[in-house]
Amino acid sequence: MKSGSNLERVIASGKPAVTAELGPPMSADPHEVIKKAGILKGFCDAANITDCQTAVVRISSIAAAYIAHQQGLEPVMQMTCRDRNRIAMQADLLGAAALGLKNCLCIAGDHQKFSAAGKLKGHPGAKNVYDVDTCQLVGIMKKMRDEGLQQGGDKLEVAPKFFIGASWTPMGDPMDFRPYNLKKKVDAGADFIQTQGIYDMEIFKSQMEKARNLGLHERTAILAGIIVPKSAMMLKYMDSSVAGVTVPKPLIDRMLKAKEAAGDDKKKMKELQEQEGIKITVELIQQALEIPGIKGVHIQAIEWETAMEPIVKAAGLYPRPTFDA
Amino acid sequence: MIVGQQKPFDEIWEMVEGFKKILVYGCNTCVAICHAGGGKEAEILASMLRMKAAQEGVDMQIDSQAIERHCEPEFFEPLMEKVRTYDLVLSTACGVGVNFLSDRIGNIPVYPGINTTFFGAVPEAGFFVELCGGCGNCVLHLTGGICPVVRCSKSLMNGPCGGTDKGKCEVSSETDCAWFLIVERMKQLGQLEKLFEVQPPRDWSTGTHGGPRRVSLEHIQAYEAEEEKKTATEGK
Repeated sequence: MKSGSNLERVIASGKPAVTAELGPPMSADPHEVIKKAGILKGFCDAANITDCQTAVVRISSIAAAYIAHQQGLEPVMQMTCRDRNRIAMQADLLGAAALGLKNCLCIAGDHQKFSAAGKLKGHPGAKNVYDVDTCQLVGIMKKMRDEGLQQGGDKLEVAPKFFIGASWTPMGDPMDFRPYNLKKKVDAGADFIQTQGIYDMEIFKSQMEKARNLGLHERTAILAGIIVPKSAMMLKYMDSSVAGVTVPKPLIDRMLKAKEAAGDDKKKMKELQEQEGIKITVELIQQALEIPGIKGVHIQAIEWETAMEPIVKAAGLYPRPTFDA
Repeated sequence: MIVGQQKPFDEIWEMVEGFKKILVYGCNTCVAICHAGGGKEAEILASMLRMKAAQEGVDMQIDSQAIERHCEPEFFEPLMEKVRTYDLVLSTACGVGVNFLSDRIGNIPVYPGINTTFFGAVPEAGFFVELCGGCGNCVLHLTGGICPVVRCSKSLMNGPCGGTDKGKCEVSSETDCAWFLIVERMKQLGQLEKLFEVQPPRDWSTGTHGGPRRVSLEHIQAYEAEEEKKTATEGK
């Protein structure tokens, strides 16, 4: 075992892994993290704790991850390359490991200009860092863990033992380069991969075939990302405005049909679309898990954590495996 | 070339009001090409300031002047005596020129009339693009001649992030994704496999992160010293 994390153990067991997502609040109040952790606990093997997602200030990933950890939910802390140089990154990794955190996902991070897609003020005038990129951060973490060395070469008395993750956008431009993009992250040392949300399984299958041809599925655990759709509007938005995400028309039509079935009843409209969204998610999970080389799913029920229980149960992924301490 | 843009007029006025005798001092090299701070722009700015002064009913003398380059002493030395008769120099040279003159002028303030924005090129008249970040550690041989340091919004060194959309950057649909361009260019050159290698963390100390930079060419310095000695001997 590289880290001994629950996520690593589930993956090693050969059973499909399930990760979820927990977005920390724009608040100094820990209770929202505690509440979300309580909802997710038992329905995933670990939950990603996002790092100032959408380039908006929130409780830091490490602090929120520690709160979740105390609640008995295993966290995957996230670390973007946007806000820290390699000194701060490594210091935070030592601190996180000292607090008992065992999984870390490396990502570039939304550009500071994003500001929740313009819905919030954010800090578009902030200076970004990008001292290192995702591949390089993965490499730094691996060097710390496996060689007990900092990036600069100084020795670590006790090395931080992380299960190292990276993201992959299989359907992003330029698409023919994306399998090699993944290969670089694996070469750098990514133990697991969580993909961007997949709705178009056919394109994903062909990208996975290319990844398999490079032997990547044997060197890393690829978890297919599924973003739980809440409404037809959300699916349309994801299709038109989220980079690297395409939503096939039949899925949007299914959601529209569910919406229309409610007539003018707004409450029912929401209910029926949410039910359909859960159904679609379960189907996507099952399709993804059939793809050779897929070792699990990363289910993102964004600001809708209660959806995890029915999804995981309906997908036949409940109960989650447990291990002796 | 260095590309700059004139500062908003109100900001300039706020800087200069209160001074009695002002020289708007243009530079006829880079900033003239980008229509920000050459002799013509300095002259226009001076007349706008004169109009504003008249409007405000304040007594100010505002002249303009331009020289070929503000970054080498030989160009402004002949005029230094005249320049020193002003209370304020409003330079429309790039930031290099403002610093360089300020270091040499003595007791007179030198204020910037333009914002120095980037090193760029002129793909078409009136349009300028940033193409080099001056990072001091060039990797263009690895990236098809397209700079990831300054043309990628995140200065990524190992390929595109997840924000590429139809070849454009997540920062703006008007901005090309540098990595999209790099991949296409490397394919065209038959060198795509060069991109498969993981690039390790960079040494940024060669850029602005290592403190102020200098380049010292000892052989040129030695030659100049020799020439000076010769001239001095001949003169005897």
